[in-house]
Amino acid sequence: MAATDDIVIRIRGLVNRFGRQVVHDGLDLDVRRGEILGVVGGSGTGKSVMLRCIIGLRRPTAGTVEIHGEDITHMDRQRFLAIQKRWGVLFQSGALFSSLSVLDNILLPMSEYLDLSPSRLTDLARLKIRMVGLGPEAVDRYPSALSGGMIKRAALARALALDPSLLFLDEPTAGLDPIAANAFDELLAYLRDSLGLTVVMITHDLDTLFNICDRIAVLVDRKVQVGTLQAMLANPHPWIRRYFHGARSRAARGEAD
Amino acid sequence: MPMNRTHGGDEGRPGLRVQSAEGAFTVLLDGEWTVDHVADMTAALDGLSPPAGADVSVRPGDLRRLDLTGAWLIEGTRERLQAAGHDVRLDGFRTGHFRFLETLPAFPPPAPPGKMPAWRRLFLTVGRAVVGDRRQVQATLGYLGRLVVNLLGVLLRPRRLRIRDISHHIYETGIMAIPIVALIAFLISIVLAYQGASQLARFGATVYTVDLVTISLLREMGVLLTAIMVAGRSGSAFAAQIGFMKINEEVDALRTMGFEPYEILVVPRVIALVIVLPLLTVLANLMGLVGAALLSVLTLDMTLQQFYLRAVDAAGLNTFLVGLIKAPVFAFIIGFIGTMRGLQVSGSAESVGRQTTNAVVQSIFMVIVADAVFSILFSWLGF
Repeated sequence: MAATDDIVIRIRGLVNRFGRQVVHDGLDLDVRRGEILGVVGGSGTGKSVMLRCIIGLRRPTAGTVEIHGEDITHMDRQRFLAIQKRWGVLFQSGALFSSLSVLDNILLPMSEYLDLSPSRLTDLARLKIRMVGLGPEAVDRYPSALSGGMIKRAALARALALDPSLLFLDEPTAGLDPIAANAFDELLAYLRDSLGLTVVMITHDLDTLFNICDRIAVLVDRKVQVGTLQAMLANPHPWIRRYFHGARSRAARGEAD
Repeated sequence: MPMNRTHGGDEGRPGLRVQSAEGAFTVLLDGEWTVDHVADMTAALDGLSPPAGADVSVRPGDLRRLDLTGAWLIEGTRERLQAAGHDVRLDGFRTGHFRFLETLPAFPPPAPPGKMPAWRRLFLTVGRAVVGDRRQVQATLGYLGRLVVNLLGVLLRPRRLRIRDISHHIYETGIMAIPIVALIAFLISIVLAYQGASQLARFGATVYTVDLVTISLLREMGVLLTAIMVAGRSGSAFAAQIGFMKINEEVDALRTMGFEPYEILVVPRVIALVIVLPLLTVLANLMGLVGAALLSVLTLDMTLQQFYLRAVDAAGLNTFLVGLIKAPVFAFIIGFIGTMRGLQVSGSAESVGRQTTNAVVQSIFMVIVADAVFSILFSWLGF
């Protein structure tokens, strides 16, 4: 087990209930500094609900979510805002503001929180666009004129706008072709290595899981099981076995039948 | 060696120390060089002015943290100093930020906003507006044509009428509108009667209040108010619903399944409105008369019977029909504009808002224009 101060996110006893339906029941999870944690689970197992609890969009029915050692489920607005500014979120469909250009999308959080001259802000926003591998032609485009892959990249640039140390991604490679998905994976690994980001991502992309995730969290039985890929391959739980030993999984690992 | 501390590194705020010897200029960075302190970082870096020709070395001093924004600002300063003829080196940084920045592709500098003489801009603005209006007129006529063709197509083959959709829209645009339409008509006719009575009392002609209210209500106010309410409620709803479906690619999905979006999205809504608006008008007329009767009995010393006789005398079936005949036309205008604006939505959330506004404003405007045309027409025909 890693030292306690290396735990960026610590979830304890998380319970989420919708009416009679119990989604999480006493879920515990630790996320370590600098790792890429992949979150998987069948549909309806509450991957998105857990993510929404971590980023404070939903207050869990019970349990605590500590970020950098502070419980965000009961926290005043000011402190929460300070923590919020240290993470970036990439939503599944990008959630770019459709009435703003790519540049203005990235400038929006920057001009709100950074005390910089407009020309420097623009330069910094353009730096983020360069970082995520978008070309200069994307700068002034509106989201409706972007391809799926470009939307994901632009949304990543916006998530990185305030130099977060924590990044949350909801199915970042869903809907991308394998080349674009691979490039996105490489970009993420690169950003993690060069910027020291901690990344939590929901993904069903087996290549992503096998190539860049340091550990994998599997949501089963209203709880979560965490481990490296090797540990998951050896895990006896029937759902986990089906997930990691299915034909797709074997293909992604490059195993012959 | 002289040592100047230009910015304090207390409270973790970023600062820098400068060591200057002949020919060498060393900058030591202290504190937290992170995005939270961006104003301090720029102030400290912009204040750097090494003596001409000196070699500059930037290195971490009591540096606690450095993030990408900090590195980017330092890199920018390096470029500035290099452009001023200094040899600048970054030494002793452990982060990969500078290497990362180097790997990024260069972008061409943003194009400066083009300067254009005012007269040219004026011509451009006017020209764009004219061309845009022409296109809009073309699009509107085209839409009208398609709507009529589809409407006739459906009416000629009644089996293609989507009764379920129509009844759903009748419920939404008609039944749900009953309370507000009834209340508005009731209140407006009370206002009308009250104002009329206080003016006519000066001539001792209070009794004509009944004529005034009955005629203006049945001929104009009833149908016009109802149409405006429906335009506000349902014209906007049509535009927003269809607009969202357009953005969500639902309209394209219908097309790929071989459906004609006009037949499914537009025709049932228009038909529903054409059915509903006359009925709501009758209701508004009725409620208006109730309001007028109530006021007459309470403040004009009339009995209910007197009011009834006077009203029947003033306004015949003709008056009622002249008002009612306008209702389907107004309904068509509202449905037509609302659905057209919905289908013109493209891309952004802002576009939904703009087209919804357009739908309401334009349909109310066109309803009033149509009302004026009706007035002229009826006065020709002698109604």
